[in-house]
Amino acid sequence: MLDKRIFPCLDVRDGKVVKGINFVGIKEVGDPVECAEEYNRQGADEIVFLDITATHEHRATMADVVRKTAEKVFVPLTVGGGIRTIEDVALMLRAGADKVSVNSAALFDPTLIQKAAEKFGSQCVVIAIDAKKMPDGSWHAFTAGGRKDTGVDAVRWAEEAVRLGAGEILLTSMDADGTKEGFDLPLLNAVTEKVHVPVIASGGCGSLADFAEVFEKTNADATLAASLFHYKELSVRQVKEYLRKQGIPVRL
Amino acid sequence: MIAVIDYGAGNLFSIHNALKYLDLPHMITRDKAELEKADELILPGVGAFPDAMKLLSRTGLSDAIREQAQRKPLLGICLGMQMLFEESDEFEQTSGLGLIPGKVSRIQTSLKIPHMGWNHLRKNGDSPLLSSVSDESSVYFVHSYMAYTSPENVTAYCEYGTDIPALVERGNIFGAQFHPEKSGETGLTILRNFGGLTK
Repeated sequence: MLDKRIFPCLDVRDGKVVKGINFVGIKEVGDPVECAEEYNRQGADEIVFLDITATHEHRATMADVVRKTAEKVFVPLTVGGGIRTIEDVALMLRAGADKVSVNSAALFDPTLIQKAAEKFGSQCVVIAIDAKKMPDGSWHAFTAGGRKDTGVDAVRWAEEAVRLGAGEILLTSMDADGTKEGFDLPLLNAVTEKVHVPVIASGGCGSLADFAEVFEKTNADATLAASLFHYKELSVRQVKEYLRKQGIPVRL
Repeated sequence: MIAVIDYGAGNLFSIHNALKYLDLPHMITRDKAELEKADELILPGVGAFPDAMKLLSRTGLSDAIREQAQRKPLLGICLGMQMLFEESDEFEQTSGLGLIPGKVSRIQTSLKIPHMGWNHLRKNGDSPLLSSVSDESSVYFVHSYMAYTSPENVTAYCEYGTDIPALVERGNIFGAQFHPEKSGETGLTILRNFGGLTK
């Protein structure tokens, strides 16, 4: 029986962990390698780096962060943000990432998924989908940090991404994100019913009960959270100890 | 000195990082003379069985590994573990190194394939590699194929709709289906135990 997994996410800009609200007032708050080590000590099942600069010249800086983290942290490392080409994927994997998460670029060019899966294996290809609910009850996939509606149905896109070779789906609910009112259960159910690869739930968690709820009421395999862990509202260990008490299998 | 066998398949970087972190002297090599000098061998592997075996044969390393495995500890990791067996039917029937009786075939389970994530080790007898590792410890797996072998060759299973050999052992030949280099403290302990076999 697989453990349910808890992923802290670190937003990185120019090699520093940053935090900001709605892209305004972003401030540097730490060294990513140290933050990753701390999450590792807390029992994180995977460390996710999201490169929010993602300009070409800074990609090397991100690779360097991955390289230094991989020397000290021995759990899977995932890097996302600004991955556009197969060369970007190769750069991050060579630096020591185990998985690369692709968002917008895969929507523009779905063959990128296929190429990456064929070359490096599906296990390292994570497709990140930012989904927002539409008035008709469906969800659309958004790009550009959630600013641009692609008009693509998010559930169908998840199915297509898996067909092309995606090994995991990182599913962020833009409606739930930032609310701290719990994960978006209907969205997660809609996607997990259709795909047979692990789905990582992101957006909306604010309490211990939210973590238990998402694992009890959906088939999500993992959860991802940034601010909650970053601002120490909860520690990864606290979440896992709580889940174990609720009878949900986790690695402690 | 541990020789990590570099035959052109797989990411050796994380194994190198883990051994370095543990202060275990090692080298990454495809030189047969170095394999001979080494005290222990690690056979990594990522990808498909036929490609990996072809690379091993082409470089002449399969014979060298078989010979060295007569007298020193060898640890196969993930695909490297699967290659220790007699054959695999991944894509096509391919002979393995034949160091442990058994064959490799797709995981038969109703659960999602690949088997990816943290799963629990259930000990099956004693193994020096599991010294200081408690039963039910979680380790990190990523695979779609598994070994079908007699329980006497298995020192730990994990459960995934079926019993999957997680750690195998026959004499001085060891194999981990999971990635010890990505399995946190438990994985590091297992690598440290392997490194300690010849100390």
